[in-house]
Amino acid sequence: MFVNKYISQNNKILSILLFITLLFSANLSKASDPDEHSAIVQDSLKSHGLMPTHEVIHEEEIEIGALAIEHILDSHSWHLWGHGEDAVSIPLPVIFYSSKTGLNMFSSSKFGHGHESFNGYSLHDEKIISEDTSESIYDLSITKNVVQMMISMIILFALFISIAKTYSKTGITTAPKGKQSFFEPLIIFVRDDIAKSNIGNNYMKFVPFLLTIFFFILINNVLGMLPIGANLTGNIAFTFVLSFITLIVTNINGKSSYWHHILLPPAPKWLYPILIPIEIVGIFTKPFALMIRLFANMSAGHIIIISLIGLIFIFKTIAVSPISVAFALFINVLECLVAFLQAYVFTMLTALFIGTAVEEHHAHDEHDTAKAKH
Amino acid sequence: MILGSLIEPGLGLIVWTTITFVLLLVILAKFAWKPILNAVKERETSIENALQAAEKAKLEMAELKAGNEKILNEARAERDALLKEARDLKEGIINEAKTKATKEAERILQGAREQIVNEKNAAITDLKNQVATLSIDIAEKILKTELSNDDKQKALVGNLMKDVNLN
Repeated sequence: MFVNKYISQNNKILSILLFITLLFSANLSKASDPDEHSAIVQDSLKSHGLMPTHEVIHEEEIEIGALAIEHILDSHSWHLWGHGEDAVSIPLPVIFYSSKTGLNMFSSSKFGHGHESFNGYSLHDEKIISEDTSESIYDLSITKNVVQMMISMIILFALFISIAKTYSKTGITTAPKGKQSFFEPLIIFVRDDIAKSNIGNNYMKFVPFLLTIFFFILINNVLGMLPIGANLTGNIAFTFVLSFITLIVTNINGKSSYWHHILLPPAPKWLYPILIPIEIVGIFTKPFALMIRLFANMSAGHIIIISLIGLIFIFKTIAVSPISVAFALFINVLECLVAFLQAYVFTMLTALFIGTAVEEHHAHDEHDTAKAKH
Repeated sequence: MILGSLIEPGLGLIVWTTITFVLLLVILAKFAWKPILNAVKERETSIENALQAAEKAKLEMAELKAGNEKILNEARAERDALLKEARDLKEGIINEAKTKATKEAERILQGAREQIVNEKNAAITDLKNQVATLSIDIAEKILKTELSNDDKQKALVGNLMKDVNLN
């Protein structure tokens, strides 16, 4: 049947990961309650023109749960170190389109540490809100994630264009050297073991796409592991775009047998009312699973690491640090593997979906044998 | 509330990711993936060709070796044939020579034999002549002696007369 065995396999992993995430988030949401409360207090104080609010509710306690979530969330400034009012961060451009005032562009430093309002706009949980509630705001800011994405884009351009130049300079007769010799096996791996083995004939057409996906995810996974890196690949918007592109690429290239399988599945006619909706939903669940998988994997890794480090602050003793650092190190090493693994899994599954869509003869054979059996 | 933003895709990031990804795809595909993939493919083809050429050379070598062997065998066979021919020729020559020699020897022997016979005959004739001459000489000497004085002549006549019967 069209409901893929890979999906069910991955669903198992996914559900475990989601369970872990939920486990953490259950604790975290409890922890973040006072924070929410303080935010409300802060808002009410602000609206009454009472400033500055941060002194009133200055936090001595570090809320690990909120910190963890904050850590993996996107931000309008690039936080480097420190906490609260002592935080050192790089302000980033805030760009948004308002239904009232049109396009607005200013530095996020105008928001202070996220507590001040500017031109009637303020930042609440990294969301730009207007004093005027009827005003709708489309936030297009260059956030921390966007900056990292741009950095990764520049790195990818510099890296691969220079590698391409090396090829044209040294020709094909000399053995690859340096970064060329590091990336060539990866490129060949994507081409042969991901594209060729999953797509079959005509796979070369999809190799550039798969290579771009693979290295884009990989570099952002790796950058995200750096201490001040952004959790871009663990952001649902990012994974949404990539999986949406996969959805489009898969279905645009869908051959007749692919659509035949969906609209006229090889099953008894009376099953059609059940099967066809399942198949149609299946078109969307596959990239949806891709989206959730990458997001959950990367976010979970970051949450686990910060939670382990956070144990030191929860127990308020340095004695616990050897354990939490050891565990965090272990998870970090594991994350190194996961960074590659998730890039591979995403690319491999994309190739697999494309493969099932462009498959022409094999699908027909399957269909025919099913028909013969029937 | 903060958890909600975790699973709520932000519009800004969606837009920027789309732009970035499309840019990445277009530029990398044109300036990186295409030349890299082409170069890799080219290298693979050249390696494959080289391997094939090596295989071909190996085959050719084997063929050449087999050819050499064949030529060698042929040469050996030819040599053997030549040797055999030479041996035959030698034997033929020797045999011929032997036959010729035998014949010649026989001829010489025959000639010698004939000559011996001739010589013998000549010698016999000569001897006969000499014996005759000697006999005559002896007879002459005897006669001379017998008839050297008158007495003897008379005696002889007398002897002769004795035999003669005057009938």
